[in-house]
Amino acid sequence: MPRVELTSHLYLYFPALEAQELVVEATNVAEVVAAVEAVAPGFAFYVCDERGRLRQHVNIFIEKERVQDRATLTDAVPADARVFIIQALSGG
Amino acid sequence: MQQRILVGTRKGTFIAEKTQGTWGVRLAGHMGAGVNFVARDPSTGTLWAALGHGHWGAKLSSSKDDGATWSDAPQIAYPEGARHFLPPPPSDLGPGEGAPTLKDATLLKLWCISFGGDGRIWVGTIPGGIFTSDDGGESFELNRALWNHESRGGDLFAGDGTGSTQWFGTPAAEGEFAPGVHSIEVDPRDPKRAWVAISTAGVFETQDGGESWHVRNSGLVFDYSPEPTDEWAGHDPHAITLCPGDPDHIWQQNHCGVFYSSNGAASWEKVSSEDDGVHFGFPVVVDPKDGRTAWVIPGISDARRTTIDGRLFVARTSDGGASWTSLQKGLPESGAYDIVYRHAFHNEGDTLCFGSTTGNLYISEDRGESWIAVSQNLPPVYSVRFG
Repeated sequence: MPRVELTSHLYLYFPALEAQELVVEATNVAEVVAAVEAVAPGFAFYVCDERGRLRQHVNIFIEKERVQDRATLTDAVPADARVFIIQALSGG
Repeated sequence: MQQRILVGTRKGTFIAEKTQGTWGVRLAGHMGAGVNFVARDPSTGTLWAALGHGHWGAKLSSSKDDGATWSDAPQIAYPEGARHFLPPPPSDLGPGEGAPTLKDATLLKLWCISFGGDGRIWVGTIPGGIFTSDDGGESFELNRALWNHESRGGDLFAGDGTGSTQWFGTPAAEGEFAPGVHSIEVDPRDPKRAWVAISTAGVFETQDGGESWHVRNSGLVFDYSPEPTDEWAGHDPHAITLCPGDPDHIWQQNHCGVFYSSNGAASWEKVSSEDDGVHFGFPVVVDPKDGRTAWVIPGISDARRTTIDGRLFVARTSDGGASWTSLQKGLPESGAYDIVYRHAFHNEGDTLCFGSTTGNLYISEDRGESWIAVSQNLPPVYSVRFG
């Protein structure tokens, strides 16, 4: 099952996630976000807006590849993949 | 009663308190996060903070223990089907040129929070919405009457509306050019009556708890329009504030001067005095009892947005704007380039407090006659509220 790694920035708001290994049942990015939401209510609205789109300054990588579909999060996630949810560095 | 001041800043929430005769400021939460507004609900004692996380979006946060701990409140989100006409941004062609864009609404900013005498919590947002809670903040609902207002473009939940909008935008919209609700003044006599101010559309009033809204722009002058007094000229109130003891007296610091109404915003009168430096600025506060007494913090023109000639001062009127007195004692007479944002000036009794973009927090305990700097090292200050 995919393993999710988060930017430490998100642990500020979801400290309980820091202590656990996030191994989720998911085959695409939307399911990954939903799975983390299930253990950390409110998480999805940090990463996505109310239309389910990835926020402008958030990135998700599947291994080394940045996800393509930021609107509906349909990118496939292989069973053994690592998924990284991080803030986009938007300059500065 | 011990006075306490809640301060929202670019980098967290702070509390100013007087202990053993001396004012001090301490960090009270949200370190590193933008706090657009923080205020206490007088009905419940709960503190509410409107946060703007750079990466993670706008979030509502609350504290039931005076700011010792905070937690995410039930979040405000635009319902499925909420769409709006995004006005074309200002350009060389001038504002309003070109067709507006029809867009799904997503929350860009939580901008202000108000509390009604009936326990209702009102939140003003960008893009121009009002969300209300009648269950103490357990849930919030978009006010559809204002959202669907004819001037806005009509009911876009049901169809494509009127095809146009009289509302413009604000640069405060976090990267877009969308309108924003920044002032919600609930009538202390009747919680179903409220006035809201919108950048950029003007002032609206409800008398039925938000079931219907009526424009209240009569008397406003928008200098940048070919028809400056038109109801839909694109009026840009920066803030409105009513007198709690005499609520038909409402003050407005507008992009184009200071306006005063003594008839519940049925009409406005321009009362600025450029000779006294009173014209441009953001906040306005009103005496708790005397509706003819108000304070503003003047800045220079819209193009520069700083103090006038490096001088930071407060101007007070006690005759409905017929004359203004400059209050300077304790404030820098030169070399200051502070600007005070629309929510960053407040009063309680004879005490006034304002915070500036330069991180200065000033307090006066004598109705503005003299000022002391409580801190000169805060992050840029977004809001100041007694509570």
